[in-house]
Amino acid sequence: MSSTAHAEHLQEPVTGIPNGKLGIWLFLASEVMLFSTLFTTYIILRVAAPEWPRGWEVLNVPLAMTNTFVLITSSVTMVLAYAKAVTREKAAFNKYLGLTIALGFVFLGIKAIEYGAKFEHRIAPSTSIFYAIYFTTTGLHGLHVIGGIIANSVLLWLSNKQWDHPLFVGRIEYAGLYWHFVDIVWIFLFPALYLL
Amino acid sequence: MKHHHPNIKLYLGVFAVLMALTVVTVLVSYLHFPKTLAILIGLAIATFKAGLVATFFMHLKGERALIFSVLGVTFFFVIFLYLLPIVDMSMVADRVIHAPTAQNTQPEHGH
Repeated sequence: MSSTAHAEHLQEPVTGIPNGKLGIWLFLASEVMLFSTLFTTYIILRVAAPEWPRGWEVLNVPLAMTNTFVLITSSVTMVLAYAKAVTREKAAFNKYLGLTIALGFVFLGIKAIEYGAKFEHRIAPSTSIFYAIYFTTTGLHGLHVIGGIIANSVLLWLSNKQWDHPLFVGRIEYAGLYWHFVDIVWIFLFPALYLL
Repeated sequence: MKHHHPNIKLYLGVFAVLMALTVVTVLVSYLHFPKTLAILIGLAIATFKAGLVATFFMHLKGERALIFSVLGVTFFFVIFLYLLPIVDMSMVADRVIHAPTAQNTQPEHGH
């Protein structure tokens, strides 16, 4: 009996979707609210501030653009890992999920270079309102990237034992939903902080 | 459980568009449009990119109605989350929000 045949029994009769999928979307809904409060804060602080630096004059646009490419690429490798889990190709799945994790580390590394350059110039969140919102939003986003790396690493490790588990493909899908959300947050943060 | 049928060609196509739009966002920012226009362009491109990710990578295309209900409720409250503080601030805009400290050193007028 194939794992998908097993999984037929796991569909919730009331909602018609697996509980895990509903759960991750509700979680993402709360994440939307969390990041929206910070975006509202950003808008209000910026409108109210007598002076606001242009992002491209004080921040490193090439590094941030590189990081945008890195995160978008990692979203693609994540969805390819999901595709390979669905088509039951273990080796390709390992490759793409491993790549996703590696790209997450590349993102954090580039972010660390950016932060390091700021700290070297004694720039901290307390330097100005601009840097307060910059460090808060990118810091919270960075924590989400770390969370995604942990989730993906756990799944990569579990895949050795649970590859045929009826819930495994679903778990990859949910981890992917979270990872794509983290990508979407950066898609908005990048122009808001660096380009406007 | 029915999984979304993966379409690798589609994923790679979306990938190419996302990369191209990132380049466009950065190039447009070098043109230094007026602030309002720049914000509108930046927001439009970012929203479109986010839409692509949600539709194809997060498989919202072909998703069940319940998920859209969750997102609908979220969207409804997010609107208020943005609007309420912004409306509130615009209504108190005649007050000085960031009182410059130098103000205190100025002599009083009109007595």
